[in-house]
Amino acid sequence: MSAASVEVSGLSAAYAPGPPALRDVSFSALGGQAVAVLGPNGGGKTTLFRALLGEIAVVSGRITLGGHAAYVPQTERARLDFPVSALDVALMGAYARTRWYRRVSANDRRLAHEALARVGLEDHARKRFGTLSGGQRQRALIARALVQDAGVLLLDEPFAGVDRVSEQAIMEMFDTLRAEGRVLLIATHDIEQARRWDRVLCLRGVQVAYGPPDTTLSTEVLEATYGAEIVVLEDGARAIAVQHHDHAH
Amino acid sequence: MEILHSTLLQRALLEVVVLGAACGALGVWLLHLRNAYAAESLAHAMLPGLVIASLTGAPLVLGAAGGVLVAAVLIALAARDSNVGAEIAVAITVTTAFGLGAVLALSPEVPARLGDLLFGDLLGASSGDIAVACGLAALIAVALALGHRQLSLSVFDPVAARSLGGRPQRVELALLALLAVAVVAAVQGLGNLLVFALLVAPAAAAMRLGTSVRAQLALGSALGSLAGLLGMIASAELAIAAGASVALASVALFVLALLVRPAQGAAVDGATRRSAIDALSARR
Repeated sequence: MSAASVEVSGLSAAYAPGPPALRDVSFSALGGQAVAVLGPNGGGKTTLFRALLGEIAVVSGRITLGGHAAYVPQTERARLDFPVSALDVALMGAYARTRWYRRVSANDRRLAHEALARVGLEDHARKRFGTLSGGQRQRALIARALVQDAGVLLLDEPFAGVDRVSEQAIMEMFDTLRAEGRVLLIATHDIEQARRWDRVLCLRGVQVAYGPPDTTLSTEVLEATYGAEIVVLEDGARAIAVQHHDHAH
Repeated sequence: MEILHSTLLQRALLEVVVLGAACGALGVWLLHLRNAYAAESLAHAMLPGLVIASLTGAPLVLGAAGGVLVAAVLIALAARDSNVGAEIAVAITVTTAFGLGAVLALSPEVPARLGDLLFGDLLGASSGDIAVACGLAALIAVALALGHRQLSLSVFDPVAARSLGGRPQRVELALLALLAVAVVAAVQGLGNLLVFALLVAPAAAAMRLGTSVRAQLALGSALGSLAGLLGMIASAELAIAAGASVALASVALFVLALLVRPAQGAAVDGATRRSAIDALSARR
């Protein structure tokens, strides 16, 4: 696929009616880059994603996307009791381009099978989504984003509730997606994990910092991002964000 | 068997089997979207409309439609007040409407008895009633078939649905409109109180037994029709009220499904167990 990109300039976004939930965000990411989006609960991570998807009002600023954006939610947000297979979930990626009176095309079914094979779930295509492990469910949702042909993947806590083996498999998949020229925006609470990616965007209702992890994740920036919720260890070499994993925005 | 020889019973059977098929499939989506309360509320809130139709001599179908419409508007207006909220708005509107309907129904001018309005009169179905019921059931079936993907997105992943081309809020409104259509179609035969059983019990049984959405929809339709058939046979053979027999047959099928698959939650429990194991291993 052609290289994707994200450019955000002076963005303020709001859940109408109301004041902006996120202000003054400016960053750009090129194809092949992975950006960790850090911030406390209600800090604006989900708001940013929803603005990038065009789901909420942009009060000011500009968003330029090179490529289609797809949202990959936390697996626990999906209804595990709904009896759909991993293949059904991957096929959902083709719904937006399928007219309401037509069946999903044979080509899109082929793409769904290929996407499941790419994420290592070809043998689980017919298994019920709710019976898969957390890591397998995450990979099925990524397969859905691949069927959407997304150049920009917005990943919400992709490693939450995932075992070490699946985490490694997902990391390798992310490397492949980056090598294909896709942009990955990864919302996370895990500061150590954020150090692995190319860029870090810190949000606390407003943009606190953006840049490479080694220069951005300083004690000052983390304290400004998390406030009293941060514990910095070993002279700033390690930090822990103390908070719950549910967030409204 | 009496039903084989009575044209009256056969007509009633045709109506209830068709309605059972439509209500069974619709009920599966209502339960997946956790709208059972809305289904019960809409059914009950139309009582004043039914009574007014009886008073004025208008078709009950029109009265039911008017009752649903007025109730929906009242609920929407009340729910706009954030201090009231949707759930309380529904409860107050339904209670008010049901009480108003009962007061009107006790008027000596009402030709139809209150019992007929509450519990239906399957045996009184005219050819026109049956044609209307079949038409509305066909409308529901077509709408569910065309809306299958939108409904799936809205149930499975409402957070990401919009980015996948879904419109969850519109879908939920459309489903409630279909619910109103189903209730209007079924209320003359099954009554204001019993129609709810045909919407919920076969669907709940189908969700116990079906392992895919399509299987659940097919089973919901089949069990809804079966409840109609069994209820009508029981009514004819035991000389009991037809609407009540159909409602009891629906519930009996649900109880049977519980006995056949008592551990239906196994899949979900398994998933939860696996998530817990994943979370534990992720911490190690």
